[in-house]
Amino acid sequence: MKILIVDDFSTMRRIIKNLLRDLGFNNTAEADDGNTALPMLQSGNFDFLVTDWNMPGMEGIDLLKAVRADEKLASLPVLLVTAEAKKEQIVEAAQAGVNGYVVKPFNAATLKEKIEKIFERIEASQ
Amino acid sequence: MTFSESILSEQCLVQARGLVSSIENGDEDAAIGSLREIGRINETNMFQEIGRLTRELHDTLVDFGIETDISNLAEHEIPDARERLSHVISVTNQAAHKTLTAVEEAIPVCRKLEESASKIEHQWKRFISRDLSADEFRKLSREIGEHLENSAGRYSKIKAYLNDILMAQDFQDITGQIIGRVIGLVQDVEDKLIGLIKISSSVNGDDNRLERKPAEKVLEGPQVPGKESATALKSQDEVDDLLSSLGF
Repeated sequence: MKILIVDDFSTMRRIIKNLLRDLGFNNTAEADDGNTALPMLQSGNFDFLVTDWNMPGMEGIDLLKAVRADEKLASLPVLLVTAEAKKEQIVEAAQAGVNGYVVKPFNAATLKEKIEKIFERIEASQ
Repeated sequence: MTFSESILSEQCLVQARGLVSSIENGDEDAAIGSLREIGRINETNMFQEIGRLTRELHDTLVDFGIETDISNLAEHEIPDARERLSHVISVTNQAAHKTLTAVEEAIPVCRKLEESASKIEHQWKRFISRDLSADEFRKLSREIGEHLENSAGRYSKIKAYLNDILMAQDFQDITGQIIGRVIGLVQDVEDKLIGLIKISSSVNGDDNRLERKPAEKVLEGPQVPGKESATALKSQDEVDDLLSSLGF
């Protein structure tokens, strides 16, 4: 399983990377905003995308929309991990086709639970 | 000369003539009275001028839309920034304590592992050089057993503490976002002050017109205690509830 972690804060990328490693996901790559992430996704055979929302350059919500609009990436599972906690934003993300939404600050158990849930759903729908 | 200025000059002239005749007549009280009156006329003139300048400044500020921006900065945004920065102190304080607690808890566990390993190592060396009695060997094998039994639990404890330290580092993202917003506010204040300087130093304002700031960004970043948005959800549970109501 190859996972792309997108966040403009390198500390947060390292935290998520370490948590994912603890969950048994060793194959991860990092990008600092949507503009860097999108070409990586298009050429990199990623199985899962974990992205922040508020980033300079391309924001996470626009990256999500770009992924859903891309024929090859449309079904890529996407988890938003963000400090944005307003109802309107969560609804917007849901409408844009997000698979999970984790609000910062979060704990390791929450991240694990959301990731497991996403993959359970994908397996159930297959 | 305006009408009010000509009246003032007229009044000054009357008082000046009175002053001269009072001095000529040796009437000291009347002379001092005239001097005071001239001073009063002068002050009135000055206050009227200050009033006029204040009105002009106010009108110019209103024209440039700066007055409302500045009062908004002073009334809302600066106190808001103060609370955000206080929240940064509390978040970094929590992160530091979380890290220190994990370190304080982990060190004694490491020490126990270290002690028990070095004790075994010492006896093991004696065993290798055939320096150990049968009783001592029985004791050593019991100690090795205990060491192995305790090790797994102790290592997982240390791993949990290391994970706590890892998670405590999320403060950098949260506080970074908050401080970033305060830097934006400081920039805004700076722009407004530069605008004021430009206005006060220019007579014709056309080429100095300030650019209006773009509409407020929709994203709010981390919620700050006491400053939460009306529609902000308070916990991951509330986020989950909302998502499940949307069919997630």
